[in-house]
Amino acid sequence: MRAAVRRHGWSYAFVLPTFSLFVVFTLLPVVQGFALSLQNANVVRGEWIGLGNFATLAADPIFRQALGNTVLYTTIVVAAQLTLALVVASLIQPLGAKSRVFYRALFYLPLVNSAILVAMVWRWIFNPNPYGLANAALGAVGLGPLLWIGSSDQALAAVILSAVLTIPGGGVVLYSAAIGSLPMELYEAADVEGAGALRKWWYITVPLLKPTTLYLLVIYTILAFQVFERVYVMTNGGGPNNATITIVQLIYSTAFQFGRYGLASAMAVVLFLVAVALAVIQFRSLRTDVEY
Amino acid sequence: MSSIRARLPVHAILLLAGVLSLFPLYWLFLTSLSPTQYVVRVPPEIVPRELTFGNYQRLFETTPIVRWLGNTVVIAGVITGFHVLFDSMAGYAFAKRRFPGKNVMFWLVLSTLTVPAQVTLIPVFFILRTLGLLDTYPGVIIPGLADVFGVFLMKQFIQTLPTELEHAARLDGASEWQVYRHVILPLSRPALAVLAIFTFQRYWNAFIFPLVILRDPAKYPVQVGLATLQGEFNTDFGMLMTGAAVAAIPMMAVFFAFQRYFIEGIRVGGVKG
Repeated sequence: MRAAVRRHGWSYAFVLPTFSLFVVFTLLPVVQGFALSLQNANVVRGEWIGLGNFATLAADPIFRQALGNTVLYTTIVVAAQLTLALVVASLIQPLGAKSRVFYRALFYLPLVNSAILVAMVWRWIFNPNPYGLANAALGAVGLGPLLWIGSSDQALAAVILSAVLTIPGGGVVLYSAAIGSLPMELYEAADVEGAGALRKWWYITVPLLKPTTLYLLVIYTILAFQVFERVYVMTNGGGPNNATITIVQLIYSTAFQFGRYGLASAMAVVLFLVAVALAVIQFRSLRTDVEY
Repeated sequence: MSSIRARLPVHAILLLAGVLSLFPLYWLFLTSLSPTQYVVRVPPEIVPRELTFGNYQRLFETTPIVRWLGNTVVIAGVITGFHVLFDSMAGYAFAKRRFPGKNVMFWLVLSTLTVPAQVTLIPVFFILRTLGLLDTYPGVIIPGLADVFGVFLMKQFIQTLPTELEHAARLDGASEWQVYRHVILPLSRPALAVLAIFTFQRYWNAFIFPLVILRDPAKYPVQVGLATLQGEFNTDFGMLMTGAAVAAIPMMAVFFAFQRYFIEGIRVGGVKG
């Protein structure tokens, strides 16, 4: 009995540091975050107002703008990321092991830097002056110069373009690993029937990669939905006429510049619901697993 | 021979894509090393004519960038150290030990995984204000110890370790702490390396949380500092790119030194881009 008590004591001792921090700084804040979304909390105090914040959001043109921008950004960026990752990984895979390691590292290197730093470089590239690199590139083909991040029509396009022009190294690594573990038999059968490389890729490789595609779809969508630094830096937190405002940018300014904590929490809850919906879709889709 | 020839176009495409994806980094360093008259040249030249460290000198003289880098090393380093210790302890308990409440605890940890950080940002800000920890290093560090990704990583890994070694150590009279310290911890080294790299990168690059918690510029980590440079130098892109370059070099050095752990980290569940 005493030995058992001592054992359990150690178990709790091992778990306690992480678990107590988790309770205070994650679990309670999650509960409080939901509670705040139902209050008109501001710098001074807050009262329970039910779903009032959500009604406010539904009628708020800036929130709609933020939601619309975020959805547009996410749709285009995620589609580009999945396509680029799949194509690059498919090109890498038939090469030798050394080449694969080299290319994976090459495509991952730009991604080790912080979002702030990357956004600063894109702000420089897409600056409205004629000496900006984007304008120089346009000039080389006889176009431009454009105002880019200085214009309410083009700022969001510049932000989206900056994300699309980055090869998603993480996706390349995951696709590359998944392609490496596909069964060879199907390809041999296709060889017997005389199928070309492109047909084999489209009809065998791409369908078999569905689990990886779904996983990346969910991860990249959640990441894209939380876009903040890129907008904060490239367009000074929302751009001309809120042209580039996103949900997280709006959460930040609503809470920490205007002190409307309840309203900002309601936005965060909307973000959470999107994440949950995506997770559910992922689990459902993965349950109907692909059979080799 | 024919296969090498067939692969040449593939290498050409991949190298071109690689050059394009590295180009922003090249442009960053090139701009930082260019004299001002070349930075604003129309059209810009992508091959330098003249390089200078003038911007670097000016940056180190007029901004606290060294201090910011030091702050980041301390913040990310302390968080990483504690994660390696605490996550391996908790991972070991969840993977190998039986105790009342284990499943409930683990279920609670699991249930918060899909909650975006923005949901907890405001409540954590309130908690830190109540504790008097706003605008302090502990205020930035302590909430960073509460994320649970590492616990999962360590639990998954430690589960695969053979239990016989623990039993043997206990028969030899090892205490429970010694079993963890001298059996589990050495065997977990590969997973701990991935966890350390992953955590360090995550907190090296953290932005919104320190931005919200800290007021005093002397306490800023380098990412927040960089964002404030923008207000100071506005369109002086030479200076801005120099700040970015100074912040980029340490993380890229870490990547070159520990490349395989980065790639391994992506595979165990940390796609960031």
